[in-house]
Parts: sequence; C-alpha cells; structure tokens
Amino acid sequence: MVKKDLVLIGHGMVGQRFLEAFLAQDGAAWDWRVTVLAEEPRPAYDRVHLTSWFSGTSAEELSLCPASFIDEHGIDLRLGDPAVAVDRDRRTVTTRSGQLLPYDALVLATGSYPFVPPVPGHDARGCHVYRTIEDLAGIKEAAATARVGAVVGGGLLGLEAAGALRAMELETHVVEFAPRLMAIQVDDGGGAVLRRKIEELGVIVHTGAGTQAVDVDDDGAVRTMQLSDGTELAADLVVFSAGVRPRDQLARDCGLSVGERGGITVDERCRTSDPHIWAIGECAQAADGRVYGLVGPGYAMAEAAALDLTGGAGSFTGGDTSTKLKLLGVDVASFGDAHGTTHGALDVLYTDSRAGVYKKLVIGADGALLGGVLVGDADAYSVLRPLAASGAELPAPPEQLLLPASVGAPGAGALPDEAVVCSCHNVSKAAIRAAVGEQGCTSVPEVKKCTKAGTGCGSCVKLMTGIVEEELAASGVEVARGICEHFTRTRAELYEIIRAKGITSFSRVLDEHGTGEGCDLCKPVVASILASLGSTYVLDGEQAGLQDTNDHFLANLQRNGSYSVVPRIPGGEITPDGLITIGRIARDFGLYTKITGGQRIDMFGASVDQLPLIWQRLVDAGFESGHAYGKALRTVKSCVGQTWCRYGVQDSVALAIELELRYRGLRSPHKLKAAVSGCARECAEAQSKDFGVIATAEGWNLYVGGNGGMTPRHADLLAADLDRESLIRTIDRFLMFYIRTADRLERTAPWIERLEGGLDHLRSVVLDDSLGICDDLDELMARHVGTYQDEWATTLADPDRVRRFVSFVNAPGVPDPTVRFVSERDQIRPARPAEGGRTLAPALVAGPELEVRTR
Amino acid sequence: MTILHETRPTVATAVVEIEHDGRWKPVCGYADLLPGRGVAVLLGAEQVALFRDRAGLLYAVGNTDPFSGSAVISRGIMGSRGAAPVVASPMYKQAFDLRTGECLDEAATPDGSPARLGVWPVRVVS
Ligand code: SRM
Ligand SMILES: Cc1cc2nc3c(=O)[nH]c(=O)nc-3n(C[C@H](O)[C@H](O)[C@H](O)COP(=O)(O)OP(=O)(O)OC[C@H]3O[C@@H](n4cnc5c(N)ncnc54)[C@H](O)[C@@H]3O)c2cc1C
Ligand code: SF4
Ligand code: FES
Repeated sequence: MVKKDLVLIGHGMVGQRFLEAFLAQDGAAWDWRVTVLAEEPRPAYDRVHLTSWFSGTSAEELSLCPASFIDEHGIDLRLGDPAVAVDRDRRTVTTRSGQLLPYDALVLATGSYPFVPPVPGHDARGCHVYRTIEDLAGIKEAAATARVGAVVGGGLLGLEAAGALRAMELETHVVEFAPRLMAIQVDDGGGAVLRRKIEELGVIVHTGAGTQAVDVDDDGAVRTMQLSDGTELAADLVVFSAGVRPRDQLARDCGLSVGERGGITVDERCRTSDPHIWAIGECAQAADGRVYGLVGPGYAMAEAAALDLTGGAGSFTGGDTSTKLKLLGVDVASFGDAHGTTHGALDVLYTDSRAGVYKKLVIGADGALLGGVLVGDADAYSVLRPLAASGAELPAPPEQLLLPASVGAPGAGALPDEAVVCSCHNVSKAAIRAAVGEQGCTSVPEVKKCTKAGTGCGSCVKLMTGIVEEELAASGVEVARGICEHFTRTRAELYEIIRAKGITSFSRVLDEHGTGEGCDLCKPVVASILASLGSTYVLDGEQAGLQDTNDHFLANLQRNGSYSVVPRIPGGEITPDGLITIGRIARDFGLYTKITGGQRIDMFGASVDQLPLIWQRLVDAGFESGHAYGKALRTVKSCVGQTWCRYGVQDSVALAIELELRYRGLRSPHKLKAAVSGCARECAEAQSKDFGVIATAEGWNLYVGGNGGMTPRHADLLAADLDRESLIRTIDRFLMFYIRTADRLERTAPWIERLEGGLDHLRSVVLDDSLGICDDLDELMARHVGTYQDEWATTLADPDRVRRFVSFVNAPGVPDPTVRFVSERDQIRPARPAEGGRTLAPALVAGPELEVRTR
Repeated sequence: MTILHETRPTVATAVVEIEHDGRWKPVCGYADLLPGRGVAVLLGAEQVALFRDRAGLLYAVGNTDPFSGSAVISRGIMGSRGAAPVVASPMYKQAFDLRTGECLDEAATPDGSPARLGVWPVRVVS
C-alpha cells in the first residue's frame, strides 16, 4: 500500500498534541507517513511552564515528546529546519535547508511570535523576548551582569517574566500601557489589589505608561528607557512581553485566507481555505473568529483536526480563556465574562484590603454565574470556573461563594456533569466520573493518567480530587478521608490541632477529637506527630503504648519474631575500628550480618532480651540508633566525592554526614531517605531520594520528591547552585512543611504529586515564604536539632526503661523457644517451619551457641 | 472466656493471675502492665499475650500469630474496632477480638486453618 504524506509545520505544544491524537486513531500510522518540520532545535516542550526553567527545571524535564514517541511511530522529525514556502498547486513544502517535501495533507501549527513595539532601540543588545528556551537562556546570561531589568507589558506573561527577573535578584520594573496590570483579565478593583501585591514582592510598577524609546550606550547596549509619562529608567536588561501575534506569514505567502487581525482562518474542523491544509493552535483564527493565546483551546483544535483527518467528526467552536497566574506567589484568577459585558449582568463584590483580597462575581440577569475575578485568594477558582462555563444554577447565594474558603466555598458536587473541569485538556466532570466508575481508576494519579486531566497547568487538581473522591464514595469504595474509624480528620488536620492546642497526649486527642479506643493506624500517627512537635523520648508514659512494635523495641521485627539492629553510620563512612567493633558484637551475639541497601550494616536474629545488651556495647563504642525502625530519617547516602574521586567537585561525604546528623531522629509521616552526590555522575543516586543533593561547580543542586521502592519517581529540582547555608535552610523548610501537611504514610513523592500548585507552590512556600510560615518551620527544625537525643543511650541510662526488654514477663532471660535458627553460608538464618533448628543462647550469656560450619 | 475483674485495683501490689491447667497462676504485678500494651507470658510450653487497656481491663489470648506462626501477638497495638476491643498483629496487621480471640479480618489462614487465638481466664488479686 502506498502511504499518504502528512507534513506538520511547527513542533510546539499544539503540534505535539496533534501528533498524539492523530496517531492514536486506528490505522493512522498505516495510512500516513508523517514528517514534522521544527524551527526550534529541540522537540516540543512545555511552554506553559517555561518560567520554571529559571528555577532549575531542565529542558529535558520540560520536554513533551520522549524520543521513544518519535521512534515508535516512525516519525521523520527534522529539528532546526523550518518551512520557508508552501506551493499549494504542486502540494509541496520547501524547507530552509532546501528540501522539497510533497504532502497530501498539511497541518500548520506555527504558534505565535512575541510582539515587539517598533520603538527606537527595540533591537539593541540587552533587549529580549520571552517565548523559547533559547530566549530564556539569553536572558539568564544577560542577567548575570545586569543590575536593573524592565519588563514591557504587565499582562500574565509580563508578570511571569518580572517574577523571574526578581528571582535573579535584579531591580525589576514593569511598564504597562493600560491603567492597570493584567488589564485583559482583571478589573480596576482587582488591578489595584494585584498591584499592591506585586509591589510587596519588590517589583516597581509603572501603569499608564508607554515605552517611547530604548537608548543605547557607545557599545550599542541598552542603557536607559524613556517612558511616555516622562520617566527615564536606567535599565540594562529589557524584556518585551507586550502580547503575541499569530505566525501566519507562510499562509499569507501562499494565499491562504487570514483574519483581519491576523490568524489563519479555519472552520470548526480546523480546515483552512485550502481543503488539503489545516491550521491549529495560536497561528489559527478559530471558527468563532477569535485567536486563542492559551494552550487549552489549541489542544481542542489539535484533536478536532486529528479526527477530521482520519474520517472522524471533531469540532472546535470556541474555548475558555480563563486564567490563573502561576508565579510570583500571588493568587490571581479570572474566568468567564470577567468584565461583566453581558447585557443585564450584575457584580457581587468582596474585598478585604488589609488581607489583600479582592473577589468579584459577575451574575447574569437569570441568576447564573457568568464569570469573575479573584485576587489574593483564588481557592474557589477551580469550582467557579467550570460552574460559570456550564451556565448551571448557583449552588449557593453568590455572597456566600465569595466568603473565605472555610465559610462557604462550593464543592465538586455543585457542578453539572458537562462542566469542563480541566480546561487545559478539555476534560468534563462526566469524563472524570467515568474514569472512576467505568474504567476502574481508584486514585487521582490514575485518573490523571487515564484522562490527562490535571497534567497541564495543574489548577484543576483540587477540584478533580473532590470529584474522584465523591465518585469513589458513590461506587462504594471507602474514601473516608480520616485516618481510621476513630478519627474523621486527616493526619495534616490532626497535626494542626495538636500543634495549635499544644496537646501532648493521645488520650486527649482521642477524647477531644476521636471516638473509641484508637487502633494500629491512628496511634502511630499521633505518636509520630507528638514526636515531631516535641522531640521528646518516644517511649515514655502513654506514648509507649502508641508505637508500632518496631518503635516499641527500637528495632525491626523479623519474620520469626526476632529483631534486627542497625546502628547509624552517617553518610556510609566508617572507620576500620568501627567495622571491627560491629563485627565483634555480631560475632559475640551470633547475629547474621549484611550490608544494607542504605550503606550501613544490619545485624539480624537478636531476641528482645538481647537488644539492650547489644546496644550497650554499640553505645559504648560510640554508635547510636539508626532509626531503621522508625518513620524517621533513615540514611543520607553519599558517594566518595571530591576528596578521592577524580571527577568530584565538592565534598559530598562531609555534607552527607552533616545532613544525616542534623536530621537524625526526625519523626515524619513516612520514612525519609536522602543522598549526596559529588558531581553530576550521581553515584549516590540522589535523584531517587526524598531529598537529594548533587554538587555543582557553584554549589549544590537540591532535588526533592524522589522515590525508589514500588512506585519509583525521579526527584524534581527544587533549587540550583545553593550555598551550604541556603541549602540546609531550604531542606529544613521542605522537611517541616512535608511533616506538617502530608498524609499518613505518604512519602514525599506522592505528596508533591498531590500538592496543589505542585513544585512551583512548594518553591514559593520554602524559598519565598509565600505562606508566611517559614519562621515557624525554622523554629521547629531548630528545636529538633537542639533537643535530639539518641534513643538507645537514653533507654540504657534508665533501668526502668530497660525492664521492658524481656521475652516473657514471668520468665525474664528465657529466650522465646519458638525462635529457631539453622546455619547457612556460615551464618544463621531463621528456620523454616519443617526445619527444627535451635534457639539462640540465653540472652545473658554472650557468645554464639550455634555451630557454624567453617570452610 | 475471659474473666474481667469488676473493680479497678488500686494497690500497687495487686497481682495478675491466669488460669492454666485448671489452676490460677500468678504471672506479674498489675503495675507491670502498661495501659494499651501487652506482654508475653510463658506457661509451660504455651505462650499467652496479656493486655491491659486504657480503662484498666485485662485480656489474655494466645501469643502465636496464626498468619506468620511467630509468637508476637503480645507486641501488637491495642485498640477498638466498633465495640470490640482488639489487638493488631505486628506482623501482617490482622486484628483479633481480645474477648473471643477471633480474627476480624480473615476467617482462615492461608493454609486453611481457622484464624483465631486461644483465650485464657485472667484475674487480679490484691
Ligand atoms: C535492610 C534493607 C534491605 C537490605 O538488606 O538492604 C531493607 C529492609 C526493609 N525494607 Fe527497605 N530496606 C532497605 C533499603 C531500602 C531501599 C534502598 C535505599 O534506602 O536506598 C529502598 C528503596 C528506596 C526508597 O525507599 O525509596 C527500600 C524500599 C522499601 C519500601 C518501599 C518504599 C516505597 O516508598 O515504596 C518498603 C515498604 C514500606 O516502607 O512501606 C520497605 C521496607 C522494608 C522493611 C521495613 C520491610 C519490613 O516491614 O520488614 C524491611 C525491614 C528492615 C529491617 O528489618 O531492618 N523498603 N528499602 C535496607 C535497609 C537500608 C538501611 O540501611 O536502612
Ligand atoms: C512563558 C509562557 C507562559 C505561558 N503560560 C500559559 C498558561 O499558563 N496557560 C496557557 O493556556 N497558556 C500559556 N502560555 C501559552 C502557551 O504556551 C501557548 O498557547 C501554546 O504554546 C501554543 O501552542 P502552539 O503549538 O500553537 O505554539 P508554540 O508552542 O509556540 O509552537 C509553535 C512552534 O512552531 C515553530 N514554527 C513556527 N514557524 C515555523 C516554520 N515555518 N517551520 C517550522 N516550525 C515553525 C515555532 O518555532 C514553535 O516551536 C504561555 C506561554 C508562554 C511563553
Ligand atoms: S525488597 Fe522486600 S524482601 Fe527485600 S528487604 Fe525490601 S522489603 Fe524485604
Ligand atoms: S486546567 Fe490546566 S491542568 Fe487541568
């Protein structure tokens, strides 16, 4: 069979989405040979999160197109070779390198270009735009030597760019022609509150001011900027972010019809005026006459075109332009008819200037919600936006919808089925419900995978979570949010209660906030919270009763009822004497020894009665508890680093040891693991840890949220090139914020996945203190570090505490006769049911009783 | 059946006894027991897990966990499930009713034997 030729021009976000949707159609890959022409040097990447490149997200991480996708589908992807001409009669495309490609179908997805006002000096050295990774690389390089940055344009992108300049510690100005910031989205009232918030972040705002000229110095570099209000700004870096224009030149040149204000005109199926050519994304003017500058409508167009090309019926007639600012630690959202232009529309307002909150809802004559503006507190956005889009009746009086979240925010139940919950991927509430009810998803991550909802800007995740939970509950799956039958609260809520009320006992938590007697789920949770807030000895008084058996005996239970012993070996560094000591102790007590996956040594086969004796020897030799038993810091692994390794650029071992000693004993919702690598070769596998540090020539890169185990996850780069002090401060806050807000047994990886606002939010909390809690977090960590004590040393110092370590209350010193061992490879191992075996020596007699075969 | 003492002993010298082979055997001081926690008792070749709850009541059940075959029940966490006082095995976390020894999560162990613990009468004498 002869394949038909499909050529896609532009491999941006929408182009990639088109390829995915197109190749997912039955037979598409059989019938078509696909060639993609890309102007940029790399495959499609996530432009929406472009700004995160500044805070360390790499180009690879931003990529939307794994190499396997191109290979699997046999796509001919030509990077850095843009189309320069289209011959519609011959149906060919010419590329810059001079290739001539025939097509049966041509799809244009060329996006937009940033508009640069043609003022004198606009192309001087030091002037930049903000659209591609290369643009950002140029800005970063220039910022290294610049002092003052000016952003032309106070819209969504301009403010993002300003946030980035601030983060690079430039004095930052925003110049906006309109009388307020984000003029398209917010109204005057919202603009005023927004301005104050932006100014609080240290950005200097000039509204109602146009840029008249950029003056250059003798070398042709930017020196000052003249504004229409007479101001002269001494700026040495300028970023133009004054809007975008559709890239329709190619289409114009070959005579396709374009809109009055630009944009290739298409019908609802995204066909242009030529039946062999389609146009999608920002370069197209949609059937409703609008050119959309957002990714959601672009994706919908991509899908419509993909269906049309494969004989299906897709259409795009108009999209949602609601927006939420992702950066700067300022909550701003606008949705629907934000300016109340609909006939007969009324405003309902709520403002709290002291708190910097401004909210407006636009209500139609029939009482339905049409749109709104939220500044300072945009929590309700995820529900209000789809509600407005659906035209459904309001679930509560509008005044109530505006009150602070705790009072009256509507839940997911208020939404009708057809409401679009995720506007990035056009996923309706019905589709999310079906993912749970029909496709059997049982968690938010599964629903994300199955529907793509929540994988774009992330603003819908909270709402989606609500819907998934409701749906699970309706289908009989238990989703009580509480920890167990005794508490209807989550772990994070209990943490706040215990902290706020200063509670120190389980009884009081249970009496005031729970029912029944507690259980093996809630007791360890409360124990852990009490420990992370108080850092007191975990086995005193009532707390002893709450601990899991491992914490109760400060050792790990093994399959036959014996215990293992793991002394801390910070960073995995140990002296020959240390090794000999451990070896002697293990030999004297007849224990099995093994090097663990955590760079330390585990001794197995101890009875309860032996634990204090073994530990007395370890403590005397200077060892302390390794907390292998606790939901606490386990290990900070290291690689050998600069000291020895010929590639190392920093002393990774010293840092690993310092971190391990700092966080040892820290109780948390789940175990914590860390690692420090001395260079990018990453021998310590830091990117698979809850927090991982990798040395750079300038300092340390901090990664968080990694996980090995059952559901591996690579860690995300939280911050780059930190010095030692800021590194430690950032880890302190990260850990304490996690401890404060995570669920029971939720490791940092799923916690980050679930965190609303994701990594950006986490960054703004721990780096920019957007919640104003960093002082608290710092103080809690300082308290932990200051009050740490080795649990085993404390236990051994008190005979009362040692008394609990008996196998039998009425026969102390008698080892459990059912714990039996046999020998294997010169060591002991638990006997299997049919094997018999022998018990170990009575605890008080040290020395192996078991004969060990010597080779 | 488990006999629960009616009145709460106040004396630090009170002694806990478990009935074994038709005889009450003293096993430990009442004050040795931590509320909400258990201890293991060796009675001949048998092992009993003895618990004291927050209200002061005592329970004695078999110490061998039918799911793992290990003698570890005494090291489990106590609590309640509905109205039933329970202990969760520290090995694989199944809950057992402390009054009857019955497993509330699974009726049988993987090898088909019934999942229940023995129960012993227990009392406190001052
Ligand atoms: C001893 C050790 C295996 C070994 O011989 O090497 C081990 C042994 C156990 N691991 Fe592990 N893990 C050990 C390293 C690891 C590692 C490797 C590492 O730390 O670099 C991982 C993957 C990394 C990670 O956690 O992200 C690992 C992932 C797990 C998991 C899965 C966690 C997850 O998030 O999916 C569990 C199950 C759990 O915690 O719920 C687990 C649980 C366990 C338990 C506690 C299972 C149990 O309940 O008995 C084992 C008891 C340890 C004991 O008795 O001392 N172990 N375990 C290692 C002890 C390291 C140490 O020095 O502390
Ligand atoms: C910093 C930033 C933040 C943003 N934030 C948001 C947000 O929060 N929410 C949201 O919805 N949208 C946001 N956007 C907009 C969003 O990125 C765009 O709507 C989306 O990228 C449009 O996709 P596209 O494929 O149409 O265009 P693009 O992603 O721009 O892709 C077009 C591609 O075509 C290439 N190209 C052009 N001409 C040719 C040619 N002749 N030959 C070959 N290749 C060619 C271009 O180089 C480019 O790679 C943001 C944009 C930026 C820059
Ligand atoms: S992988 Fe499984 S068997 Fe091995 S140590 Fe970890 S938990 Fe135990
Ligand atoms: S709305 Fe952007 S990810 Fe769902």
